[in-house]
Amino acid sequence: MTEKILARTAGREATAPGDILVCSVDRAVVLDMQFSSTAIPWREPLKMTHPDRLAVILDHGAPAPSTRDANGHHMAREFCARYGITDFFDIGNHGICHQVIAERGLARPGELLLCSDSHTCAGGAFNAAARGVGSLEMIQIICTGTTWFVVAPSVRVELSGTLNDACEGKDVFLALAGRYGSADNRNLEFVGAGVSTLSLHDRRTIATQCAEVNAEFSIFASDPVIDDYLAARGVDETAPVKPDANATYDETWTLELDSFEPQVATPGKIVGNVSPVSQQAEVKLDQCFIGSCANGHLEDFEIAASVLEGKTVAAGTRLIVTPASQRVYLEAVRAGYVASIMEAGGVVTSSTCGACFGYHMGVLGDGEVCLTASTRNFKGRMGSPDSEVYMASTRTVATSAVTGRLTDPRALR
Amino acid sequence: MVIEGRAWTFGNDVSTDLLYPQVAYSLPLEEAAQLVFSASRPGWSQQVERGDIIVGGTNFGMGSSRPAVALLRELGIAANLAESFANLYFRNCVNYALPALALNGILQLVSEGDSLRIDFSSGLVENVTTGEALRAEPLPEALLAIVESGGVLASLEAEGYLPPIQTGANE
Repeated sequence: MTEKILARTAGREATAPGDILVCSVDRAVVLDMQFSSTAIPWREPLKMTHPDRLAVILDHGAPAPSTRDANGHHMAREFCARYGITDFFDIGNHGICHQVIAERGLARPGELLLCSDSHTCAGGAFNAAARGVGSLEMIQIICTGTTWFVVAPSVRVELSGTLNDACEGKDVFLALAGRYGSADNRNLEFVGAGVSTLSLHDRRTIATQCAEVNAEFSIFASDPVIDDYLAARGVDETAPVKPDANATYDETWTLELDSFEPQVATPGKIVGNVSPVSQQAEVKLDQCFIGSCANGHLEDFEIAASVLEGKTVAAGTRLIVTPASQRVYLEAVRAGYVASIMEAGGVVTSSTCGACFGYHMGVLGDGEVCLTASTRNFKGRMGSPDSEVYMASTRTVATSAVTGRLTDPRALR
Repeated sequence: MVIEGRAWTFGNDVSTDLLYPQVAYSLPLEEAAQLVFSASRPGWSQQVERGDIIVGGTNFGMGSSRPAVALLRELGIAANLAESFANLYFRNCVNYALPALALNGILQLVSEGDSLRIDFSSGLVENVTTGEALRAEPLPEALLAIVESGGVLASLEAEGYLPPIQTGANE
């Protein structure tokens, strides 16, 4: 599937692993960090090939936690005004880019979507070839509308069965990382009857997290759920890609969705560092975090609220929940999820990438231990290099917030 | 393109959070560069010299898209070898004109402080200190061309997409 999208955007009939292509980007998404970076100070282009293909989203530092971020937002506004960029998501319409991309219908089947955030592979849930690029590469894409790829081999990930109700997309991803390890710079292509048994929410979590197993692209086969979701957002005509019957794969991985129990990644890295929650020794928690592009969805609020309803966050533990977008926030308020979380003692913040990358609104101090449903557990990722980050599903994090220690969500039923 | 320099060795799964900690985001480039590896190897940025070479393990540069390579270039790092790279980090190397090559066994070939000579066109990596050598899959010509032209910014300036940098204009 990935090869078909790359071939089309490179103006070729077909392509094969090892080919070097220059591809025309269907949709490019520019972030606030592009404008506020001190490493690559923003320089406005003198000319652009396809300004109509650009979207600009404020997410990493939103609302601005510093003068530098605020100045970056100002430059973003000026840029969008000057070039008539209408897909601009300013404070009030903001959200984590991958959530905004999804809910505004910017990730479309068969299209090449690039953005200067590493979790852009989130768009793979919509049958798009989507991936993160560097902010320097994004400048090139803003200017020329093109970039290069070395076509990677693909791994076929065959999904079967149906998830049990203790598990989420996060557990599927963690189980994949635990069982198969790194994708080693290959594409992961999710196919099989299990795709359609997964909610779009779970597919988006899985696609997003494939950044952590070093996938070149991660892409799901399309189905009517995608068509309906996009049609509700005014996207009626799409051109999904399907795998050919004789497609060549480097390897096949199989995941039986019924077979999992809740998983956790212990601090430091994901690959080769995953085990069932039930096998963990006691881990006391200073902070529980639910949020990010992977797990700040409305469904995550629903799960958290259902776990926390009538319960209280443990003394000595704090729970921080960050919606993935303003729209998610509003829907979660309307549905009563925010009240349930707050009544239990949780904090619900404004939408931002925030705590997930240790930037603001939930940064960890020295020696602290966090259980997160966000995207990474690397040393120093969420704040102090002396803090520790465990990663699990939203249900596991919400349950553990109640007990104050890492807890299998089945224990609190 | 041939590069010679002194090697610094690192292990597996070195993340961009270690290369470019988020506390460095608010600092000017030269100060941000002083915080490279501050969490995992305090003092490294102060010991490194222009022309030095980083040799990493597997999955070097895992994680975010942040412009860690800009900090390495600021420190004067001349090349990056690794057992394997995270793909997004590798893209950044090419686009920032930091020549990079992946090859199995590089950490067996190189000890910290060894002098290396790397031919990016042929893929030959020589340990000048020990006299041993290994050959990697060379950098594809199209990518080598990006590196040799000075990276993305130089190309965009040359093609009239970006105004040339005026000293002091941005910071």
